[in-house]
Amino acid sequence: MAAITTTALVKEYPGGVRGVDGVDVTIAHGEFFALLGPSGCGKTTLLRSIAGLEAITEGTLHIGERDVTNAEPGERGVAMVFQDYALFPHMDVADNIAYPLKIRKVRREARRAKAVSVADGLALDGLSERRPAQLSGGQQQRVALARAVATEPDVLLLDEPLSNLDARLRLEARTFLKELQRDLGVTTVFVTHDQAEALALADRIAVMRSGRLQQIGTPQEIFQRPVNTFVASFIGSTPMNLVETEVHEGALRIGEGSAPLPEGVRVPEGKAVVWGARPEYLRWSTGQVAVGIPGEVSVTENLGAATLVSVVSGDTRLQLVVAEEDAPEPGDRGWVEASPRRSLVFDAATTERI
Amino acid sequence: MTTTTAPTTERRTAAPAAVGRRTARKFVVRVLFVVAMVLVGFFFALPLAWLVTQPFSSTPTMTVGWPDWTLDNFSVLAENPYALRSIGNSLVLGLGTVAVVVTLGSLAAYALSRVRVPGRDGLLYALLLLSSVVTGTAAMVPLFQLMVATGLVNTRTGVVLALSGGVLPTVIFILKDFMDSIPRSYEESARLYGARPGQILRHVVVPIARPGLAFVAVWALVQVWGNFLLPYILLRSPEAQPAAVIMYTFYTESGQADLSLISAFSLVFSVPVILMYFLVNRRYGFRFHGGIKS
Repeated sequence: MAAITTTALVKEYPGGVRGVDGVDVTIAHGEFFALLGPSGCGKTTLLRSIAGLEAITEGTLHIGERDVTNAEPGERGVAMVFQDYALFPHMDVADNIAYPLKIRKVRREARRAKAVSVADGLALDGLSERRPAQLSGGQQQRVALARAVATEPDVLLLDEPLSNLDARLRLEARTFLKELQRDLGVTTVFVTHDQAEALALADRIAVMRSGRLQQIGTPQEIFQRPVNTFVASFIGSTPMNLVETEVHEGALRIGEGSAPLPEGVRVPEGKAVVWGARPEYLRWSTGQVAVGIPGEVSVTENLGAATLVSVVSGDTRLQLVVAEEDAPEPGDRGWVEASPRRSLVFDAATTERI
Repeated sequence: MTTTTAPTTERRTAAPAAVGRRTARKFVVRVLFVVAMVLVGFFFALPLAWLVTQPFSSTPTMTVGWPDWTLDNFSVLAENPYALRSIGNSLVLGLGTVAVVVTLGSLAAYALSRVRVPGRDGLLYALLLLSSVVTGTAAMVPLFQLMVATGLVNTRTGVVLALSGGVLPTVIFILKDFMDSIPRSYEESARLYGARPGQILRHVVVPIARPGLAFVAVWALVQVWGNFLLPYILLRSPEAQPAAVIMYTFYTESGQADLSLISAFSLVFSVPVILMYFLVNRRYGFRFHGGIKS
């Protein structure tokens, strides 16, 4: 079984900068796993360490049962698709796909045949004589995927697989990638800085920051139960409302109103906390509500089927997503209502979720 | 309406005169520029005109004139015992140096491009600076003594080594720039599929750097082809002398420069380099993507 296990993995660069700082991850066989984080968080370094392109400073790396901490990249059974695809410009598509087989000393006819059959499976039929420069971005990506898949790897690594495609193609490629991964059943790790991509593609996501793991979980867990304010603010296409406040009479003071404490959360009176609520989980009400935050609409942004509404209450600004038919106008007054099931509180000092 | 139309009509009346003046000045500048360029071009074209006309004249002179299109000078050249052999010698020296320089230069440039060496750039600039000394006049005496001591004096190997030493730093400098422009992900990708460093170099780096290698090869050949001092000093026997040195010996009995030999030989001498240029240019087009940084 080609599971990937890292134990206290550290990658330290000359000069003492730690790209990856003590990461423990276990990736199951056949899993589609995302490494997510902002630029410079060490996600690509971790991926490259798994590939063997970066020497591991401390800790161990196992692929399946094998300890590959110090193995050569070519001996790890991994294939990688680079962000720039790294297609050799002087070889045609078939030679590019067949290159790994050439290294393995497969005969020329056999490897060309294999390359053509893999290319056909990835909707590249009829392109095998072309040079990479004569292909579109999406086709180049599929050639890079084909080259990786042709080696029948135990582990497939993808570095920012969708970032070089334009927005429309990106959605197509996303679906394509997910289907391909499911059909092959190959353990796949991909790096992305785009939370939407991670949520859409991955079975599980590891959120990283400054070389350290913040949270590992399914997209639902990461989206609904972020462990700290960093993960909370990083995930979600509209950023989560995070308001510093304190507990007062069993509720939270937000702006000129209040929000209920989340269900099952007990916090001592007067404790400094950060209240978090996703814009999608807040409701807009034009009539008075029992527990709500009164405010005035300052800006509305059209999201297509919904509207992102910014509401100012005192010196607090909240954002919420309102269905198009209920969208208020700037200047309207009303109440923002939070659900106790869908809101979170974080410890203001440690930023951890309570 | 009236307030807006007034200025525009005014501008419209003023415009043609100003535009006319501007075009007139542009035209004059253009004419002066073209005349100046023609003069400069003429100045540079004269020696070339001499080169293509005088070899075919029965009485070649130092001036340019319409020749009588005879091939007598070439038959005289063919009878000269040293002339054609010296072209062969030049080819041996040139191609030998190109082989040494391209092989060593690409290996060194690749290593310098990929491995972080402290003081790498300083080293490169120092080499570049000192390379002109190696083949320069100042180093001739020690170079000669070195060749005598190593037994390489009067051998083509010695000349090839000395010339390579002079050319190599520049070659490394240019090739390193080419190598720098090749994304590392190509090599990393090959490495992931199990390619060894030698295979990566052969399969990926060299094919991509080929325009750079071709440029460097032509450049090195031209350097060697025209070099007079080094082979003149290091090679003693006239049988081994290259063309650039042999040309120096073409005198008549009366001590005058033998222009019929020299003119014909000059043309033959320049043909291989021109051919090589066109060959390489046709194949690689001298696209300097990632070439010399200005």
